[in-house]
Amino acid sequence: MIKHENIETNAGLLIVLTLIVISIGGLVEIVPLFYINDTVEKVSGVRPYTPLELRGRDIYQREGCYLCHSQMVRPFRDEWLRYGHYSLAAESQYDHPFQWGSKRTGPDLARVGGKYSNAWHVAHLINPRDVVPQSIMPNYPWLQTTDLDYSDVQARMRALKRTGVPYSETQAEYDHNVATFGPETANKLDILHAEENLMQQALANDYDGQRDRVTEMDALVAYLQVLGTMVDFSRYDEGYFAEFR
Amino acid sequence: MSDKKARSQGAVQTTGHAWDGDIQEFNNPLPTWWLWAFYATVVFALIYWVLYPAWPVGGSFTKGLFNDITFVDSDGSVKTTHWNTRALLIRDLKEGEEARLSAEYMSKVADASYAQILADPEMMAYTRSVAKGLFGDNCAACHGSGGQGVIGLFPNLADDAWLWGGSIDQIHKTIAEGRYGFMPAFRDTFNDKQLRDVASYVLSLSGNKVDNAARARGEKIFQTQEGGCHYCHTPAGTGLKSQGAADLTDQIWTIADVNGTDDPAVKLERVEKVISGGVQRQMPHWSERLTPAQIKLLTVYVHELGGGQ
Ligand code: HEC
Ligand code: HEC
Ligand code: HEC
Repeated sequence: MIKHENIETNAGLLIVLTLIVISIGGLVEIVPLFYINDTVEKVSGVRPYTPLELRGRDIYQREGCYLCHSQMVRPFRDEWLRYGHYSLAAESQYDHPFQWGSKRTGPDLARVGGKYSNAWHVAHLINPRDVVPQSIMPNYPWLQTTDLDYSDVQARMRALKRTGVPYSETQAEYDHNVATFGPETANKLDILHAEENLMQQALANDYDGQRDRVTEMDALVAYLQVLGTMVDFSRYDEGYFAEFR
Repeated sequence: MSDKKARSQGAVQTTGHAWDGDIQEFNNPLPTWWLWAFYATVVFALIYWVLYPAWPVGGSFTKGLFNDITFVDSDGSVKTTHWNTRALLIRDLKEGEEARLSAEYMSKVADASYAQILADPEMMAYTRSVAKGLFGDNCAACHGSGGQGVIGLFPNLADDAWLWGGSIDQIHKTIAEGRYGFMPAFRDTFNDKQLRDVASYVLSLSGNKVDNAARARGEKIFQTQEGGCHYCHTPAGTGLKSQGAADLTDQIWTIADVNGTDDPAVKLERVEKVISGGVQRQMPHWSERLTPAQIKLLTVYVHELGGGQ
């Protein structure tokens, strides 16, 4: 029989038993998510980020935007009225790590895509007070003047692929993406053509208003403009989502 | 102090362990109230486990007993499910006190014509209070909380000059479908002198004093193929609402900040800059983000803000 005194006087044993006790709470919460059938809603439209959006997401994290902005609309009436539909688990299935956050110094950004024009985002990020006089958000003027470094975008996509994001490298993976997302999206998820795709998206949309350059602003605005826009909620009955809780 | 310490030490038991001969460990029993509070939380948890979704079991989980939610789904069917926040929200959005009241007004607004809303003081009062919130959430970031806009970027909605028209129908169309204000860049068309000439003419339209010779040369550019300005701005310079082309004859400027300076040279410079750089401004469309009734409220609100026509 293990006695209180034996445990307390044996540091090794104390550590092992402590670890076991505190891991129970975590395991009970996390493990079931892997085998409960209905945790991620089955909705169409959610796809991994394109190379440009992905770099934008990296910049979002580098600049610490998540310290003031959450990306998780909760299922409450006030949030519904202000931001729109609550976030689904399915919508962050390709986010590693997800950007849910819990600090809202600024508004939630989970559904900010399409809400403003590119020009607004550019003006707002350079100096928020130019468009929102009472804003306390910091200025990020360098995004507009720093060329986007995308030399390692393939490596970044490969890293995400390891975590299960379906970027494709082989023909079989590509074909699989064509079947899941359609050919247009599948092309953008092709690691081997990442740089080309990135340039093409940046030049075609000219997010930063500087036609001849691809800057960090292009990437960040491309990312912001896609947030929360992938699922077409008019295609689902609300009751359907309630089945996943 | 030390008295008190000694007293309390005397009352405290030790665990009976001793290290290094005389180091003992106190055993301070928990206060009774604390212990009972702890037992109460355990009982609370047990009840909670029964009533609410709690434990994972196989591929599913315990869904809670005696605690179902009945709600009306989007397709109108009535559904009952175990307690969960999403179902609770659906019910709250449809049946909550606030929701019922606003749905009542919203359906009134949705059914009413614009003329009826404008004529009904009660509906107008409701419109103002709700649309103010909608405007704050969706429009104020660009147009400012009072609709005053930002010169060069976003037009002022609170004045009575309209790019696309200030009638109810036109404002409705602007909000629902969005607008793209486009004027080509003339930097490759004009040399510096031509730019100065045409800018002088433009400024003269609103009564600014300019060099007369330049004005005359500019007029020719404006009114002919050379500049083609009259296609969009009309020969009189009053602008074409169907193109969103600004009225150049009034004192109101939405892009070139002419009123921001008294120096005629700077005024000229600012107008030149707009002409050489062109304009591309986008007003997003809202038909997907907002419901038809919400767009209706905003239309009335903006119409009222800007002395609508
Ligand atoms: C110090 C906290 C802070 C940081 C850091 C911050 N923001 Fe903000 N943000 C705010 C506040 C406050 C607002 C609301 C006022 C405004 O619109 O500027 C805001 C508003 C916004 C909005 C408009 C949201 C809406 O729905 O109106 C966007 C988009 C945004 N921020 C993006 C960013 C991005 C991208 C970054 C990182 C580059 C960032 N923010 C960093 C505080 C912050
Ligand atoms: C991303 C910034 C942005 C947001 C958000 C925005 N607008 Fe606009 N809006 C614009 C721009 C830019 C124009 C000018 C378009 C042009 O140049 O022709 C405009 C034009 C308009 C006009 C036409 C003005 C005129 O003179 O004819 C109206 C009306 C209007 N907006 C209403 C709204 C309402 C209502 C909302 C909220 C639902 C809203 N806007 C949200 C940027 C925005
Ligand atoms: C294709 C149509 C088009 C043509 C051609 C055109 N414009 Fe414009 N112009 C516009 C529109 C549209 C706006 C308003 C844009 C907005 O508000 O978003 C505008 C705005 C302006 C403004 C700014 C007005 C203000 O309130 O700040 C000036 C100045 C101007 N135009 C001058 C000219 C001159 C000079 C020419 C010819 C060299 C010209 N435009 C040709 C469409 C046109």
